[in-house]
Amino acid sequence: MSRRASRPLLAAGLAVAGLALLPAAYLVVRATGASREAWELLFRPRTLGLLGSTLGLALAVTVCATVLSLPLAWLTTRTDLPGRRIWTALLCLPLALPTFVSGYVLLAAFGTGGALEEPLARLGLPVPPVYGFPGALLSLTLSTYPYLFLALRAGLLSQDPALLECARSLGLTPVRAFWRVTVPLLRPAFASGALLVGLYVLSDFGAVALVQYDAFSRIIYMQYEGAYDRAYAALLGLALVAVTVVVLVLEARVRGRASYHRSAKGTSRAVAPVRLGRWSVPALALCGAVVALGVGLPVGILVYWAARGVASGEAGVWGPAVNSVLASGLAAVLSVVAALPLAVLGARYPGRLPTLLERSAYVGYALPPIVLALSLVFFGINAAPFLYGTLAMLLLAYLVRFLPQAVGTVRAALLQLSPRLGEAAATLGHAPASVLRRVTAPLMAPGLLAGAALVFLTAMKELPATLLLAPIGFDTLATRVWGATAEGQFAQAAPSALLLMAVSALGVGLLLSQEERARSSQVTG
Amino acid sequence: MNRLLTPFLLALLLAPAARAGETLTIYSGRNERLVAPLYKAFTEKTGIQVKVRYGETPQIAATLLEEGAKSPADVFVAQDAGALGAVARAGLLQPLPKELLEKVDARFRSPEGTWVGLSGRARVVAYNTKKVKPEALPTSIQGFTDPAWKGRIGWAPTNGSFQAFVTALRLMKGDEAAKQWLVGVKANGPRTYKNNAAIIEALARGEIDVGFVNHYYLYAAKKDKGEGLPVANHFLAPGDAGTLVNVAGMGVLKSSKQPEAARKLVAFLLEQQAQQHFAKETFEYPLVAGVEAASALPALSKVGSPELDLSKLEDLKGTLKLLQEAGVL
Repeated sequence: MSRRASRPLLAAGLAVAGLALLPAAYLVVRATGASREAWELLFRPRTLGLLGSTLGLALAVTVCATVLSLPLAWLTTRTDLPGRRIWTALLCLPLALPTFVSGYVLLAAFGTGGALEEPLARLGLPVPPVYGFPGALLSLTLSTYPYLFLALRAGLLSQDPALLECARSLGLTPVRAFWRVTVPLLRPAFASGALLVGLYVLSDFGAVALVQYDAFSRIIYMQYEGAYDRAYAALLGLALVAVTVVVLVLEARVRGRASYHRSAKGTSRAVAPVRLGRWSVPALALCGAVVALGVGLPVGILVYWAARGVASGEAGVWGPAVNSVLASGLAAVLSVVAALPLAVLGARYPGRLPTLLERSAYVGYALPPIVLALSLVFFGINAAPFLYGTLAMLLLAYLVRFLPQAVGTVRAALLQLSPRLGEAAATLGHAPASVLRRVTAPLMAPGLLAGAALVFLTAMKELPATLLLAPIGFDTLATRVWGATAEGQFAQAAPSALLLMAVSALGVGLLLSQEERARSSQVTG
Repeated sequence: MNRLLTPFLLALLLAPAARAGETLTIYSGRNERLVAPLYKAFTEKTGIQVKVRYGETPQIAATLLEEGAKSPADVFVAQDAGALGAVARAGLLQPLPKELLEKVDARFRSPEGTWVGLSGRARVVAYNTKKVKPEALPTSIQGFTDPAWKGRIGWAPTNGSFQAFVTALRLMKGDEAAKQWLVGVKANGPRTYKNNAAIIEALARGEIDVGFVNHYYLYAAKKDKGEGLPVANHFLAPGDAGTLVNVAGMGVLKSSKQPEAARKLVAFLLEQQAQQHFAKETFEYPLVAGVEAASALPALSKVGSPELDLSKLEDLKGTLKLLQEAGVL
């Protein structure tokens, strides 16, 4: 694999990487104004301690999310679990729930005097801890496991079943074949999902603040929001960028340089589903429990809020719903398209520059979203005033923010696909674009659709960039929910929040039905 | 199809929100539910259209600082004096006419005349009425360092309104005394919340007994959950730092291309109708003389906010440092 990337590919990669690095560049510009005192503050033990405890949380959440996601992804892709598609859509939904809502929900349910505290106690059941480290672990695991779930699903779907069949024919039991063949092949998918979970935890502010856990992102918020000290905040932001770079290096070590496709001809086709038999009951119980906590509980609390509150005529939620779907849908398509050159470079071309370009997509991902939004305000007003205040500017912000979600899944899908297939098509006279369209893209469909689903779901709930960069008056469901909760009016927030979840569920359902279709066309064609 | 679709998409993506006639661009750090009716009434009265970007006050202020002289905004409506101060300090606000400034008590406007207060918000101690008798509450904020309050307090040290109060305490008693108060309360193991609304929620659930908040959150919560909420406000003795009255206010950006229309909005929000709206709908204190506060509230003159130059509340850097030194942040 000592090929070199073509010029157009490198140019496209450079352009996308340039966009992805905007927030980091902005932080460098801002940090140049930092005083000596700010530098001293950066290195005080408390700052480092917070960084340490936040990293610990990120690691713990990643582990828990993996333990949860691997069986769920396997059950929904490789078995005859009843209602697989519905479970899949439901299991993705927590991604669409803004953390400022899910945090409140957890407190309202299990906090002191919460709706479920007494009933649980009466039944003699333990009340889940909601404060401090356990609370942060619980709420962040519940809101981030879908990153891993979707990535692992896409990985499982694009895996070549012949490998597993081979292992079985050589005498491995199904369980051993799973651990020795299926799981190792999931490494790229796992890496892309775990990276998203870990870096998300570093950037999160809403959930940790509500459950009263001290996190690094909080001191960044404080500087922006309280002191307007943009230089010091930028230094703290750069510290997060440095941590991200370290995480990326470590992740590359873990992932290794192996390729995950077969060398001979052939392509993936659907595996004969494992019959669960009497294991269906515990499998359904697991899915049910996760969905109950991650989706049922928020919906229940929201319905309760809506019912309890004084019903005030909510002015037109349909406009915001249309806006949400429009912006998130465009962002999903845009992100997957922009992710392609980076993913191809990262997966297909060894070497420093392609790898650097691909990894650059992640650099801004651990930054608190407000930092990213402000960096684009700065970029927009100074470098692209004609875009400023338009929908295109908002989409650009979504693209920069969500690019890693698309790059990871697309890359993982590419790694399981032999480049020989594309090369074969090329020797048969297909131009590169045609190879991509007719051979590579269809085979990667599960990865592309999983990436699109991730971006769609997270864009639906995005807030800081939407508030600051959307065209004025461009209300989304998320801004509606925020508008109501900001003043503590949960009853009025509930209808918009419920609609947000419903529309997200429909969107993901639609994307995943495409996935199913792509799979069946692979089998027959 | 592409040939038809492409121009359509381009138009959609790049459409500037241009409208005929005079259009003011408002950056509003105040919630849409609270102020949108006022902006609408302004358009009805003057014929001047408005476009409003809603957001959280600190984030809007940070945006204005990034946009600088190129900002498309005409006016900045903020939730607290600190944010107005930060934008003014960056030289982004223009002086307001004297007759507008003078509608409001000198305590509630910028000494340089760059911003003016629109409504007042008092610090109070909210308490759970089932667990605390009002006569057991201290008359000074200092009383909460007493070990009797161990495990019973809720606060939001990351919240702007709390930090403004600590800044007031520093200005009144000095840094050392302010630090001692923080250390003293911290020794009582207070629960930390994200904001005032979360404190009221926790009080209603019975998770804590008392919490340091702004006065109007209680009324918003009662509107949401009903009058039966077992929470009440306690005003400390007049002159105590714990009764600080901060303001929500507004300023006109230097970059505004229509300062005349912008000043008309300032004037409108200082008129009877708007001031009464604040009293009735948001339970804040009207700042213009002759407009009554909500009946549930003690008169603003009786609250006895300490004599302070609110523009000095901008000095949040020192407060953040103090909060860090006291181990609170």
